[in-house]
Amino acid sequence: MRFFSHQRPELPIVDHVKPDGSQWTLKEKLWLGLSGSDYFKQFFRNPVNWLMIGIFAVGIPLLFQRYIYGLSAVTHASNDYPWGLFLGFGLFGMVPLSASGFMLGTTVELFGRKDFHPIERLALLNGLLGYFFAVIFLEIDLGMWWRLYYPMIVSLGPAAVLFLVAWHVATYLSVQVAEVLPALFEWIGWLKGKRIIRSMTLGLTIAGIILSTLHQGALGALFTYAPAKVHPLWLSANFQWIHFFCSSIFAGLSMVIVSSTLIRNFAGWRCDDEFKNSLDDITIKLGKGCSLAMITYLVIKVVAIAHDQEWAYLLTGWGSYYLLELGVGVVLPMFMFAIGVRNNRASLVRFAAVIAVLGIVWNRLNTSLVCFNWQLYQEIPHWKEVWITITIYSLYFLTYRFIVYRLPIVYSWKGEK
Amino acid sequence: MKTTVSRRTFIKGGLAGTVVATVLPEKKSQAATFEGYPDGMGVLVDLTRCVGCRSCEAACNEEQKLPQPDKPFDDFSVFDEIHHGQKRRTDETRYTVVNRYDVPGLDHPLFRKIQCNHCQEPACLTSCFVNAYTKTPEGAVIYNPNVCVGCRTCMIACPFNIPTFKYSSAFNPRIMKCIFCYDTRLKEGRPPACVEACPQEALTFGKRNKLLEIGRQRIRETPDKYEDHIYGEHEVGGTAWMYLSSVPFDQVGFDTHVPKEPILNYVKDFLGIVPMVLTVWPALFAGFHLLATRKDWLKNKNEDTHEEE
Repeated sequence: MRFFSHQRPELPIVDHVKPDGSQWTLKEKLWLGLSGSDYFKQFFRNPVNWLMIGIFAVGIPLLFQRYIYGLSAVTHASNDYPWGLFLGFGLFGMVPLSASGFMLGTTVELFGRKDFHPIERLALLNGLLGYFFAVIFLEIDLGMWWRLYYPMIVSLGPAAVLFLVAWHVATYLSVQVAEVLPALFEWIGWLKGKRIIRSMTLGLTIAGIILSTLHQGALGALFTYAPAKVHPLWLSANFQWIHFFCSSIFAGLSMVIVSSTLIRNFAGWRCDDEFKNSLDDITIKLGKGCSLAMITYLVIKVVAIAHDQEWAYLLTGWGSYYLLELGVGVVLPMFMFAIGVRNNRASLVRFAAVIAVLGIVWNRLNTSLVCFNWQLYQEIPHWKEVWITITIYSLYFLTYRFIVYRLPIVYSWKGEK
Repeated sequence: MKTTVSRRTFIKGGLAGTVVATVLPEKKSQAATFEGYPDGMGVLVDLTRCVGCRSCEAACNEEQKLPQPDKPFDDFSVFDEIHHGQKRRTDETRYTVVNRYDVPGLDHPLFRKIQCNHCQEPACLTSCFVNAYTKTPEGAVIYNPNVCVGCRTCMIACPFNIPTFKYSSAFNPRIMKCIFCYDTRLKEGRPPACVEACPQEALTFGKRNKLLEIGRQRIRETPDKYEDHIYGEHEVGGTAWMYLSSVPFDQVGFDTHVPKEPILNYVKDFLGIVPMVLTVWPALFAGFHLLATRKDWLKNKNEDTHEEE
């Protein structure tokens, strides 16, 4: 794409009108203003796309296998580990990384911090897609996936934690769709729709905070159903929801740092100057937020151990593993964030964000898989399960890229808005 | 049409309502301290009597129309099967399983039958978000496959690892678990198939309260023979199926770390904050918004008044 932007000054599309005065059609906008052959030329020049093709070539047949022969065809069908990678990574990992939407929505719309405005839409999109794909992962994992709506209408069990997760994720998805719609409306040029959403922004943002607090916490609270199974260091009946909620704060912020870095480095043609010039500054401010959330998280983690009298566990092998997770996944990035912020080094903050993202996924996998049934045995997922997980994640990546390339997410629409 | 309520009718109505409320039989809310249905049935399993003949497994297989296993029920080599370092467990082809335990210092092995313990306050039931589980007044925990979504939270929640999932089916999966032969037997007051099949009277069927008495009596009469504990009396808030053993329970595969209160109690901390967040958050954050944007608001207001002048 970079190649074409040099040759053709009217690209990338930022306006309804071409330089010669005629309108871009929707089809042209979808094809990024390129002809079919040019589009495929740039598509196949990109090695990432070849990797994607490789992943899908194996992954799609595996998905067929899952839907035709059942879950046991692609997983170990374990009754001891009912939740595998699809939920351990896809739901418990993706959802905290998608907390960015409500975090930056709150910062900009509620606290009036307009300096974060250039990254707000990216954070909202990151949130929307993360949740959407968490639901896709759920649809792979659910035995009767065609009954996804049952807890909504058919048979309600409102006293269960999962009921809360289901309702909140569903409503929050709609809230996030509404929050991202203005970008779509600008792009297709339907300004009335944008004004309607605009008038609801504050309400949507507050709804976002409520729903996020509850379902981020609820994902943690799901494990309090297994007090005798999950290793005590990874489970605290009183604090579990706070742990999950608090860690989702820096997880979401770190994810948006990672995502904005990738976009700036690999899709620079799509970013406008406002985004590019303010990104370092914003990254450092986000890093500051991360380090504050992390120290809070660490304190609550220690409080939970003290509250449950679990110090002795720290001296066992599991205790070392726990300290390793906290040390590498939280303490290390926390100091890197702090040093990066103090010395104004955005690159260090970015590096810290990558570690924090991996650290939080590690924590969720530990809670849902590694340390679940710690007294029985450890389950190693089937390679097909791993491959399907990667396939769905690749689909997430492609969707993310597709939208960022087109909608005004990291650039401002020049036309009417 | 406008209707008004005079003070007199209002008071009359109010008084009548109060009287009715006091006279009507009081309907106690059982949610806070549910101790199980008073006439709930149960089974007392006496490990000292079990000889590991697997008759109960065979009877269950037939009663519940489960698939024929690879090894017949008189094949005792199954006791040596180990998967992931664990003895046999329930799965989609078997609702109950007998395992052998060689206890050090004992000249004979002990056998332990596992199946759903039919908890008084079942974790599977409380964790289910589509209400697929029911605890019947007869004591059984039954499952409705027609509303189940297949999320398998019940399997996460069950402290005894009992519910299993029919992973092998793509179009008709479901949870597979012992239902105390509810449909075919318990509903009519008959004992489940496994109990009826037991040649050793290792399984005693009866009202749970009565079974506790029997259990205590056996311990009292032959204290040398039994551990002074009825497993299931208090475990996870009490279970309908209970166990007597001659050796400490952890030596015959029981999880002695399960809490002595219902699993739901561990979740209540979180459930308690939900109404707080739902009611306080909107006001709190709307307030933050007003505070954070107060300067802008004042500035706008000043500009407006200047313009008017």
